[in-house]
Amino acid sequence: MSEIVILRHREIRDLDRLEVYQRAGGFEAFRKAVTEFTPPQVIELVKASGLRGRGGAGFPTGVKWSFLTADDFPRYVVANADESEPGTFKDREIMEANPFQFLEGLAIAAYAAQARVAYIYCRGEFWDLTRRLDERIAEMHQAGLLGRGLFGTSYDLEFQTHLGAGAYICGEETALLESLEGKLGQPRVRPPFPAAKGLFDKPTVINNVETLANVPPILYKGVEWYRSIGTEKSPGTKVFSLSGNVARPGNYELPLGSLFRELIFDHGGGIPNGKRIKAILPAGASAPILVATDAVLDTPMDYESLAQVGSVLGSASIIVMDETADMRWVESKITRFFEHESCGKCTPCREGTYWMLHLLDRIRQGQAPLGEVETLHSVARGIQGKCLCALGDFAAGAVASAIERFPGDFSEREAAR
Amino acid sequence: MTSRDGASFLEIFREEVDAILAKYPAEHKRAAVMPLLFLAQREEGFISPRAVQAIARLLEIDPTQVGGLIGFYTLYTSRRLGRHRMQICTDLPCALQGAEEFSRQVCQRLEVRPGETTADQAITVEEVMCLAACHRAPVFQVQDRDGLHYHETQTVETAMEWAKGARGGAE
Ligand SMILES: Cc1cc2nc3c(=O)[nH]c(=O)nc-3n(C[C@H](O)[C@H](O)[C@H](O)COP(=O)(O)O)c2cc1C
Ligand code: SF4
Ligand code: FES
Repeated sequence: MSEIVILRHREIRDLDRLEVYQRAGGFEAFRKAVTEFTPPQVIELVKASGLRGRGGAGFPTGVKWSFLTADDFPRYVVANADESEPGTFKDREIMEANPFQFLEGLAIAAYAAQARVAYIYCRGEFWDLTRRLDERIAEMHQAGLLGRGLFGTSYDLEFQTHLGAGAYICGEETALLESLEGKLGQPRVRPPFPAAKGLFDKPTVINNVETLANVPPILYKGVEWYRSIGTEKSPGTKVFSLSGNVARPGNYELPLGSLFRELIFDHGGGIPNGKRIKAILPAGASAPILVATDAVLDTPMDYESLAQVGSVLGSASIIVMDETADMRWVESKITRFFEHESCGKCTPCREGTYWMLHLLDRIRQGQAPLGEVETLHSVARGIQGKCLCALGDFAAGAVASAIERFPGDFSEREAAR
Repeated sequence: MTSRDGASFLEIFREEVDAILAKYPAEHKRAAVMPLLFLAQREEGFISPRAVQAIARLLEIDPTQVGGLIGFYTLYTSRRLGRHRMQICTDLPCALQGAEEFSRQVCQRLEVRPGETTADQAITVEEVMCLAACHRAPVFQVQDRDGLHYHETQTVETAMEWAKGARGGAE
């Protein structure tokens, strides 16, 4: 059994109750941070742990915290609980079943950033979950873990939840900030980055829920212990959301660097109905698609190795497809998603996703004239690198990679059928 | 709002409104617009022009800045829908597990197409993108006066059972 850092509720019963969490050492890390460490010392520890953001980009968390503009206050910390990437359902399990570890991580991040208010931006569909979080925040107040003068110091801290209302783009950090300010959730031009001008124009740290849940164990058990898990460049564990054509879909926490084969076949129970595996999307809809060859199945799931096989680890939402999946159908599903979720701010993304969807539907229905696949490919390439945020590139990369890697599914013979 | 005046829902729910406003710095009260829109929608079932006006006035912003959000965010609606808004996920991971067929059968049983409302105005069925419940496909969410709840690991039969309750006992 490998070490469990995040999904500890699977080992400790009722961990979603404050007294149980505290009995298991919960909030010791927060108390220690506030009473024994200065904010820069906390940032140094998190830097030394090598923790990288779990929301998609894999950016080193401590480094991000250290970018906050000096001497500009108030500052804010925002937890990104928008979790809307197709195939991703890990933050939800963390917030439902081990909520206090996430909340403690957010508290430590706030202390490190010297913020006195932290917001939790939940996707609007997490209505029930957010109400439970509100109750838990109230419990923390009663227990003296939030509020004024924490642990006898002069440090004050408040948490506020905020519900989105159904827009994938609000997971992008600057769109999230716009949305939190009460505006359309459209990404901002950067620079300035949120660390300089974020929420309400003030220095802001934004982290994913899973990233924050990693912080208390790092402080509690130490940097050396943390670095003993995972790989040198991607330390720690990752919660992999496994979905699609697998026998046992679900969340699996494994050390970074575990193999696809281990996740899909050992933990996920393999492909049902005697079918063979055909394709893997390693980061929801937002990753170039992979042909499930033996070499890919034996690739370690970490940021560097995924780049080597031509994809990304992203949020590590692994969608598995069996041999019956037609890539024309898969790509039209994915493109419909991006077309629907494009915020419309830039033309290549707005128009390009629309055109790709149109072309894909024609190709899929066998109504496309010869050369249509090449047209689709060139529309996809035309979007790449021309957009304000990564969504446009995600949409284009999905289509381009499928055409290049599954030529059989897109052959003119197939397309004309 | 039948007997109530749309402009005054903010006064009727003064306590809730105050709690919402308290979440954000006073000089950035515009941030309260999304929770206020949810409040209006929960009360009326949709967001009326009068509610938009009232929210804009309270937050001291232009009504177009409030109204524009309704079209941008899919959980809001400015149209009167069925009493229950049933949103079935047919995104890729769920579709790989048969969600498109699930949706087709549910629609057939309810005699609607996606986007339509049942004849008794009880249920509007829609197909939506990933709900972060892909390991429990098929899944749908229901938005109504009670808030928003998930129904996971469904079959057509369990979905119809829910629908029966939602329609007050009749299928
Ligand atoms: C289109 C788009 C959608 C995103 N959606 C999410 C999301 O749902 N949750 C999340 O944590 N990060 C999401 N991200 C990544 C965030 O922009 C940001 O990198 C992340 O919240 C930073 O936190 P981390 O460093 O802890 O990973 C998204 C990015 C893009 C471009
Ligand atoms: S790339 Fe697409 S989603 Fe991103 S800002 Fe441009 S239009 Fe909006
Ligand atoms: S694809 Fe349906 S919940 Fe994720």
